[in-house]
Amino acid sequence: MTGNINKRITNDLVSNGVSFVTTVPCKQLAGVIEELETRDDIFHIPSNKEDEGMGLCAGAFMGGKRPAIIMQNTALGVTMNTLATLIQFYRIPLPMLISYRGELGEPVACQVEMALHTKAILAQMNIPTYHFHKRTDVEEFDNILKYTFMCNKPVAILTDATFWGEN
Amino acid sequence: MIRSEILKDIAPILHNHLVVCNIGIPSQELYAIDDQPSNFYMLGTMGLASSIGLGLALSQPKPVIVIDGDGSVLTNLGTLPTIANNVTDNYILLIIDNGSYGSTGDQPTYAGKKTSLAKVAEACGCERVVECQAEDTGKIVQQALDSGQMTIIVCKCESGNAKMPVITMDSVVIRDRFMKALQA
Repeated sequence: MTGNINKRITNDLVSNGVSFVTTVPCKQLAGVIEELETRDDIFHIPSNKEDEGMGLCAGAFMGGKRPAIIMQNTALGVTMNTLATLIQFYRIPLPMLISYRGELGEPVACQVEMALHTKAILAQMNIPTYHFHKRTDVEEFDNILKYTFMCNKPVAILTDATFWGEN
Repeated sequence: MIRSEILKDIAPILHNHLVVCNIGIPSQELYAIDDQPSNFYMLGTMGLASSIGLGLALSQPKPVIVIDGDGSVLTNLGTLPTIANNVTDNYILLIIDNGSYGSTGDQPTYAGKKTSLAKVAEACGCERVVECQAEDTGKIVQQALDSGQMTIIVCKCESGNAKMPVITMDSVVIRDRFMKALQA
């Protein structure tokens, strides 16, 4: 129905002019990161920590590129100050494609602990948040990207194991 | 020499260049010495000047000079491998290393003790790393611009701050005029 999900997500990034993508890996995101690497129209720069990645994205935006970050929800905590005082304060648009670890299908108990806080943290930060659970939810990705660059805000797309696992 | 004296010294070299300046007193000092639209002042987010500058340098061709501090680089030490592995020759990282957290009361940093940021940068894979004394900063920054090579400068200087007012310009104004200066 949606074809290869990693290609679909990458195609939507490219068609929305996103050309600068930073990543901190997660097993669930491995396929999309691999796909990014194959594209000439996307500059992929791995970062060592998610707040560092957001700094790169802010600079890229000011340099005229549309950025995105791909990361895991467990790292949300380390990005709070950067989201508030850089991304939100300077009004930088930033799509955040986030693997939502600790949801149904999660094999690692510890991952559940941050999953419990993920949506509450995003809500507290006034970050528009979308949750992809079914494979067909990806059909909204294109519109979410348009929305992000319309309103100049960070926007979170949580993608859980059921979303990635359905084939 | 303290940081504000170095900034006064190099202000003519920075003029009309894209400058990303570190949070706190460094930005206040630069703002008071030579405010220009192509200065991006960080009003928050300690540690990310080098990352913002790298993203900027990778995304457009003009030279980018980042004015950072030893405390901020220590906060975001993961930046150095990212810089080393994503070489862009329009990028100059000037670390003003006064061995202290200047904006918070001059508490000592590890860079003023056993840790050498120049050696860390080299170990991370940065190819052109220059450590200099405060008095030589202008010459070294100009050489870096002329070299057309990505350069990390660690400028050793004394701890201390000039008394400057807080920047009250709105963040979005800072960002907007910076982006317009870049496009001009």
